[in-house]
Amino acid sequence: MSNLHVPNPAAGNPEGSVPVRIPVPAAAQVSLQADQPISAVRRYLLSRGSSSVADRIFAGIMLLCALVIFALVALIATELITQSHLSWHAFGLSFFYRFNVDPITHLPLFWDPVNGIFYALPFIYGTLITSLVALCIAVPLAIGLAIFLTEMCPRWLRSPLSFFTELLAAIPSVVYGLWAIFVLVPLLRDNINPIFIRIFQLPLLERLFGWTHLFGDNGLFGGVNLGLGLLGAGAILAIMILPIIAALTREVMSAVPNSQREAALALGATRWEMIRMAVLRNARIGIVGSIILGLGRALGETMAVAMVIGNSPEIHLSLLSMGHSMASVIANEFTEATSDMHRSALIEVGLALFLVTIIVNAFARLLVWAVTRGAPARVQ
Amino acid sequence: MGVAIEVKALNAWYGATHTLQDIELNIPANHATALIGPSGCGKSTFVRCLNRMHETNPIARVTGTVRIGDLDIYNDISPVEIRRRVGMVFQRPNPFPTMSIYDNVCSGLKLNGYRNRRELDEIVERSLRSAALWDEVKDDLKKKSGASLSGGQQQRMCIARALAVDPEVLLMDEPASALDPVSTSKIEDLIFQLKSQYTIVIVTHNMQQAARVAEKTGFFLNGRLVEFDSTHKIFTNPSDKRTEDYITGRFG
Repeated sequence: MSNLHVPNPAAGNPEGSVPVRIPVPAAAQVSLQADQPISAVRRYLLSRGSSSVADRIFAGIMLLCALVIFALVALIATELITQSHLSWHAFGLSFFYRFNVDPITHLPLFWDPVNGIFYALPFIYGTLITSLVALCIAVPLAIGLAIFLTEMCPRWLRSPLSFFTELLAAIPSVVYGLWAIFVLVPLLRDNINPIFIRIFQLPLLERLFGWTHLFGDNGLFGGVNLGLGLLGAGAILAIMILPIIAALTREVMSAVPNSQREAALALGATRWEMIRMAVLRNARIGIVGSIILGLGRALGETMAVAMVIGNSPEIHLSLLSMGHSMASVIANEFTEATSDMHRSALIEVGLALFLVTIIVNAFARLLVWAVTRGAPARVQ
Repeated sequence: MGVAIEVKALNAWYGATHTLQDIELNIPANHATALIGPSGCGKSTFVRCLNRMHETNPIARVTGTVRIGDLDIYNDISPVEIRRRVGMVFQRPNPFPTMSIYDNVCSGLKLNGYRNRRELDEIVERSLRSAALWDEVKDDLKKKSGASLSGGQQQRMCIARALAVDPEVLLMDEPASALDPVSTSKIEDLIFQLKSQYTIVIVTHNMQQAARVAEKTGFFLNGRLVEFDSTHKIFTNPSDKRTEDYITGRFG
């Protein structure tokens, strides 16, 4: 350490370049007392206040924006609760699970406005089942699409493909409904459902998995094949939520830094191993988040579902059977609800939809929390 | 002009981790002071306490007194004001990628509402010259993004950005650790030139760098300041055994 206090000799001018010119202002020669002359920039900056008032106002306004959300939720909830109190009074909690028995057919009777019977279970069932079917179809497709777009798509195909994906999100749901009636329903009825019916009635499967009650004539694909029904509604929902999930998943995946991909590839990972190890694992929180958003849309979707679900307030295990959903029963019957009780019951269905959405969201958040907390969990 | 820094009984925490313990130290004005020590010893936390950046982390906490010039920065003044007077250069260059080189350099002034076009031009030129970057970028000041420069150039631009607000103190947190030797030596030259006008505190892993640029050196270990003395003394005749072990490469 002989050359202390001396600039690195090697540093001199390694490229024979720029001599460093340092302007030494007059202030540099003045002693460091309180009354030292200061530069114009410093004087200007010192003249600026602490801005703490402005900062606090800014924070207040932001808080107000956040509180608007709470106020809206509270307003909606109170309105739904006060407007539905008539049916709540008449049926209580049994609104959500009880049913009458039809005196003639001896089948369960949930919803009969003419005779004043209002039990909401088939709507809750229909909403949850169609949303579940939609997720089962849409999630693998959307993640596959996002992986293709971010990891393996040739450049020229990338923007048209993302453009069409996003275009799907812009189509109004009533158009989806029409398309479903004229294209999707016949397609399901004539080409796709028969395949599933054949598979679910294979004697071998029935013998092996008969205990699940999902196979055979009374199973998941039993009953009359009309095309309309829970499966049709789920399929159209899947098409509607696909672009949301795909677009968000693609965003999250492209935000994964390239260094992560290189780290995996440099360890000898194949493309799929790299995607699993570096991309999907890093993006998993965002992917779950996008699925939750898609699910939210599926739960609340009204028009397209109302057009294909069949609108009969019944509960059947078979996906081929007709059903009803919470949103579609409100849309279908609200204009015809002449009795106060009918109207109040429909609003209570709305309240139930509100609650189901909250519960599903809370559950999904719990899932994210469980996946991400503590030791890094593995998403296979 | 630089001002002196006086630190008394400084303690800092990240969550439950006690990162800095009872630091006492006086940093002289218009000199360069180097802080050395193994990774995780608290030297970065220490400089971040000097402009109240430490407290921007929600789990961080700090107690004690830091006087910069005649101000107690934790009592007399808001964090915003103190950061206008204490510039900082980070380990990795962090240019604003959406801004041109020109806008990057004068961003500190612009966000404070400094609008005089001619003076801004002057300040940008002076700052870039001080940071030894002017000749390399003067032709595309407003054309190129700050992120289009090389790593070493970006770091010198970040130094120019810090200098543009004419700070009284300049904090540098391992400013050259992500750079190649040529860029590193340029930055060291720069520190050597700038210390006549600014109080510079530089954190470094590189002991030769500390020896080259600083008059005073502090050695941190496990959150404590083990020794603080003239650089010459620290590197030739340290009074603490642990300092000697560290600078002779026996650990760390």
